Amino acid sequence: MATKTCAKIKEEKNKIFVPNIVVFACNWCSYAGADNAGVNRIQYSPNFRVIRTMCSGRMTPGFVLKALKMGADGVLVSGCHFGDCHYIFGNYKAVDQFEKTKALIKTLGFEEERIRLEWVSAAEGPRWAELINEFVAQITKLGPSPLNNNPKYEG
Amino acid sequence: MDQVLDKLKQNRAFLCLECGKCTAVCPISAYNHSYSPRRLLAEGLFYEGKDLVSDNLLWSCLTCQLCSQRCPVDVKYSDYMRDMRAEAVKQGKSGNASHGGALHYIMEMAASPKLKQNRTGWIDKNLKTKQKGDVLYFVGCLPYYQDFFSKDFEFEPISIAKDTVKILNYLGIEPVVMDNERCCGHDLYWLGKLDTFDQLGKLNLEAIEETGAKTVVTACPECAVTLKQLYKERLGRVGFQVKHISEIVAENIEKLKFKNLDLEISYQDPCRLGRYMNVYDAPRQSMTAIPGVRLKEMAHNRRSAICCGTTNWTNCDVVSKQIQQSRLKEAKAAGAETLVTACPKCQIHFRCAGCGEQTEKIDIKLTDFVNIIASALDG
Repeated sequence: MATKTCAKIKEEKNKIFVPNIVVFACNWCSYAGADNAGVNRIQYSPNFRVIRTMCSGRMTPGFVLKALKMGADGVLVSGCHFGDCHYIFGNYKAVDQFEKTKALIKTLGFEEERIRLEWVSAAEGPRWAELINEFVAQITKLGPSPLNNNPKYEG
Repeated sequence: MDQVLDKLKQNRAFLCLECGKCTAVCPISAYNHSYSPRRLLAEGLFYEGKDLVSDNLLWSCLTCQLCSQRCPVDVKYSDYMRDMRAEAVKQGKSGNASHGGALHYIMEMAASPKLKQNRTGWIDKNLKTKQKGDVLYFVGCLPYYQDFFSKDFEFEPISIAKDTVKILNYLGIEPVVMDNERCCGHDLYWLGKLDTFDQLGKLNLEAIEETGAKTVVTACPECAVTLKQLYKERLGRVGFQVKHISEIVAENIEKLKFKNLDLEISYQDPCRLGRYMNVYDAPRQSMTAIPGVRLKEMAHNRRSAICCGTTNWTNCDVVSKQIQQSRLKEAKAAGAETLVTACPKCQIHFRCAGCGEQTEKIDIKLTDFVNIIASALDG
């Protein structure tokens, strides 16, 4: 960890932080929703990487913690709306796991707002774009994660 | 090749008499017939350039040291396993992490000096703690277990921390509880991730030295053995005394006033407290000092106690469940209504034994040593 010089800190102050976000999207709704946003040619923040899981219920605290450990500034988990789950109760399981994760990252000292659970259906392309923009703005406001060793700035 | 040879020499493997006592007592071998400490050692002895570190069985060893206890020539089997795992880690291999690896990620994240944890939220108004002092209570992973396991297993791991402070307060001790305490690194040590372990050790030793503590108390045998023996082995300097809470209770037993409890209990010796630290009598003396508590020993007790089935949150499988179930049945057969352990992990594993649709439910209550003592305290 190199010590930051005054000049560098000044430089960073005037620049905008570019967050690095990991998104876990379920195969049946949210991943298709993201696809829909692309097909509709909606312009939105490119600071996220999607990892497709078969169901949001596949997400365990380990997934989110690994992403944070590797330096992600925020983690978004997205699945089908209640009642729409391809596996019937998968998203209810996701809620349980997410609550556990939230408690763990709070004890670890991360801000609660760094992780988020959302429901996006395959038809909600515009909502997906809106959600990503909103989450990126939220993480930009929070600043880089304490475990992000190489935060990027722009502008 | 020389590296394997060094590891074998360091851990006295060439003295092996091939008597097979290790395999005869190994709890894993009893249920998984393809696992044998003697054979894994022999594979090293007849090495001839084979790939030894890709074997998944390498990660099955519980490092409970029951085999070392029985070995007539003191082959350091657990240490050999650790060294081979360290070699495997260098090649990018690892065992099957249970719980999605979440607990390992927490341990590894704690090694980052930039992380500022909020781990003292459990201290309420009734518990007296301070920032600097002679006695320090090292909480360990309990706040994380509270977040992770309390819902699934309907028990409060954090009550162990609360009751420990309660006992210390009763004895007139106000312990130091650190907010910048980190995982002790015990599991990473036995998983061969020695660099991360050293990093955690350095951070913890610095933090403890800052508080000026002369005695460190823990309610977790793994933390105790790590602070006491492993930090000395790896980092060479431990400027404080380490005690498990059961030793503190046994030393001050006259100062504690107990009420009647009327309980039939059995005691599970955690491997780190028993075989690693030789603390067998302290918890037994403390618990039997409570009026109405009758101790029923299990068939395998003290030096021969059987491990709770999983260590390091790795390679938990059907064998682990079978070990846990047989252990619970043993306690039941001894006539106990409550099984007391002194290790939070043992309790989590035994609670897990009854989970799942295929497993048999064994009707026995589980509790921690600290909870029993704290619930019996009068006034």
